[in-house]
Amino acid sequence: MSLAIPVGKDDHVLGPADAPVTLVEYGDYQCPACAAAHPMVKVILKRLGAKLRFVFRNMPLSEIHPYAELAAEAAEAAAAQGKFWEMHDALYEHQDEFGPDLVATLAKRLRLDTSRFEDDLVSGRFRDHVKRDFMGGVRSGVNGTPTFFVDGMRYDGILDEPSLEAVLRQRIAHNACAAAGR
Amino acid sequence: MAYKWGNTMTALATGTIAPDFTLHSTPDQRLSLAELRGRPVVLVFYPADWSPVCGDQLALYNELRQEFAKSNAVLLGLSVDGAWCHAAYAKDRHLHFSLLADFEPKGEVARRFGVYRDKDGFAERALFVLDKEGVIRWSYVSPVGINPGADGILTALEALPGRAS
Repeated sequence: MSLAIPVGKDDHVLGPADAPVTLVEYGDYQCPACAAAHPMVKVILKRLGAKLRFVFRNMPLSEIHPYAELAAEAAEAAAAQGKFWEMHDALYEHQDEFGPDLVATLAKRLRLDTSRFEDDLVSGRFRDHVKRDFMGGVRSGVNGTPTFFVDGMRYDGILDEPSLEAVLRQRIAHNACAAAGR
Repeated sequence: MAYKWGNTMTALATGTIAPDFTLHSTPDQRLSLAELRGRPVVLVFYPADWSPVCGDQLALYNELRQEFAKSNAVLLGLSVDGAWCHAAYAKDRHLHFSLLADFEPKGEVARRFGVYRDKDGFAERALFVLDKEGVIRWSYVSPVGINPGADGILTALEALPGRAS
């Protein structure tokens, strides 16, 4: 399966646009497996540096994770104030504290404009954005969370740091060869 | 198209009229496929309640109820688990669609659709999309450990004639 929606201007991106490999994650902030994958992604990002572009998209499974949709919209509301990744990290790092007040607490801690943040959540300003992410994931063959795509192809391998990093490095080498052969 | 694996069974082919069946949908209710004529039906055979891959798979379909509703489709899960097990599982996972108990005789419906794994004693991870006349229009048998996702189902439903938009 491959990524149905190419990386675009609506995406949250870490790393250079011309990085030799792109990793896209579909994740749910209340999903334990996603929280477990979070430090792994951070380590890989650090190790690969400018060679990796990382994109996160929302895939909240609301029926089993009652705060997942709220958390996804909270991250988007933080993004509107320039702090997507700060909220993203905070949500995963505080997953065991999930409850109705967590996002407001984190917003305060990140020094967001909290009244604007609350308005955005109450009005559901980012609900469509989250839904678009979700359906894009479904159309790409996302079948659970987290699901990763390496250069647009679904990663079905073992989800641990050495395995994912090895695939990313192979891809970087492959792309370098392809570029040299041009 | 028919799918083969090993030398055991072959899933019923596209164009076949799905065999009727009547199974428990709750401990005290039964559902017949024939009752659903007039609406597309998505049959999701899966190995077992509570197993990790199934959980993700059904959780995903659960989130997509509105998408299935756009085609007026009925979504049904089927496994060899009993009705009480299904009831506990559906409650725990907040599932809003019926799980049918292919329990007695065990796996009989899965066998009729050609998706029973004799050696394991449970069904393949198999998907069938039936049109409103009960004809199989699409099917897919996934490796048991791999969650097939939902894209194939949605594409098949969208391809059915007379889909409500």
